[in-house]
Amino acid sequence: MTSSTTELTTTTSAATLYEDLAEISSALYKKALTDLPPDVRGAVSAAQNRESGLARRRLDVMVNAIGTSDRTGIIVCQDTGICVFFVRIGTEFAVNGARLIAALRDGIARATVRYSLRSSIVHPLTRENDQSNTGRGVPVVHVDFVDGADNLDILLLPKGSGSENMSFLKMLTPADGQAGIKKFVLDSVVAAGPKPCPPTVVGIGLGGTADECAALAKRATLRPIGEPHPEPEIAELEAGLLEAINQLGVGPQGLGGVTTSFAVHAEYAYTHISMNPVAVNIQCWRGERARATIHADGRVEYGY
Amino acid sequence: MATDTGPKRLGTPLDSETVASLRVGDELVIDGVIWGVRDATLIRFFDEGRRVPADLRGGIFLHTAPSVRRRPDSGFDPVSVGTTTSMRMDRFTRSCLAELGIAAIVGKGGLSDESSAAFREHNGVYLSIVGGAASVQTEQIEQIEDVFWPDLMPECLWKFRVRDFGPLFVTMDSTGASSYRMVGEQAEARLAAAYRALGIEVSDE
Repeated sequence: MTSSTTELTTTTSAATLYEDLAEISSALYKKALTDLPPDVRGAVSAAQNRESGLARRRLDVMVNAIGTSDRTGIIVCQDTGICVFFVRIGTEFAVNGARLIAALRDGIARATVRYSLRSSIVHPLTRENDQSNTGRGVPVVHVDFVDGADNLDILLLPKGSGSENMSFLKMLTPADGQAGIKKFVLDSVVAAGPKPCPPTVVGIGLGGTADECAALAKRATLRPIGEPHPEPEIAELEAGLLEAINQLGVGPQGLGGVTTSFAVHAEYAYTHISMNPVAVNIQCWRGERARATIHADGRVEYGY
Repeated sequence: MATDTGPKRLGTPLDSETVASLRVGDELVIDGVIWGVRDATLIRFFDEGRRVPADLRGGIFLHTAPSVRRRPDSGFDPVSVGTTTSMRMDRFTRSCLAELGIAAIVGKGGLSDESSAAFREHNGVYLSIVGGAASVQTEQIEQIEDVFWPDLMPECLWKFRVRDFGPLFVTMDSTGASSYRMVGEQAEARLAAAYRALGIEVSDE
């Protein structure tokens, strides 16, 4: 087994920006699949100490997998996922958005060849796979603008299918209230059972339209474990649901134990007077994500 | 529980007495041969009725689709061999046991009560691996010894030579016991208390 080291692009300039962005995208894909974020490592380690018996043995293997990937460069999970980018463009950072998106996509295809990554992306009807981990609409790219900022922030989530398949949306009625929201989240976690590879992060989207609600649920899973929502009402909902979920006994890998989820994160948007949408998007125990921030002076900083 | 004495070490193929002795809660490691299969492999076996020139009796199937690197001598080296969600391949369990003589299926997430009945009737077991820990599994594969149906890449029938493969946990056994059924029923039963804790009123439906 040879480990493939990732060459990180650490500086860029206006002349080479789009070529560098493709290389940064490639590096982010490899990094996300091999180097789990520190908050995930902390949560896995804390769960290992909390669990006993066979549940603890399962956490031991997760800790071992993280260490094995650190040592060898082998990706942690074989599922290379479906790539989702969350890009924040500072209004003072000069970039051509169309070329940026093209570069991100190109980087994913490069990494697939360079690191012999399995191509997991197919046409939805013909199931045709062009072996690039890209295709029409993939990678998914979400773009936000940050007023006054002079940097470009790129977060990559290569989302595994085991957990993405455990996604749920319900258009509740206003009369269902908060109780209806909570019941739907608990029922979703029970329905998902072992399939999303627990311990999980449960992302909840509240409000918006149906599509915005689902996007908020996914965005919620990106928040580092241990960071509650800044607004007390939302933070309280998160804490109450986490406690209730961990009393269900689903446990690591859905085989029993006290750690079904590491965290519950919710994000919200205002909605219509006659609507009460709620979405659940679940992240598996690995919580893979990688971030690059490109500063105004051309420095490229990597994180999670 | 096997945790008191450490994992049981088994070689392959598995004999029927060994399979019958395994119980939910046992922890195992395997030395020998494990066969990699996925959706397309099982469709070819059972929907298309094709067979390979290899003796699979007493064998172990692993639900996987590996990343591999082709060697100059036309063999393959493993890049990442992980385990996929088993439930998608649930409808093939009985045929794997009855028609091919497979003794154990390794996967993640478990199989249905119908598969549990098949394990009871045909003396088979389901062994769960820790999902998402592919880097550990990949290092336990000594060699890819053979590949059948390469046109299905990466969903070919893979013959993996393994050492210290595990830990694997018996979660469905030949008596019909299933950890998934037990944990699922327990979670359903605890839901009522969780609803109450969160102030959710549920009418009897």
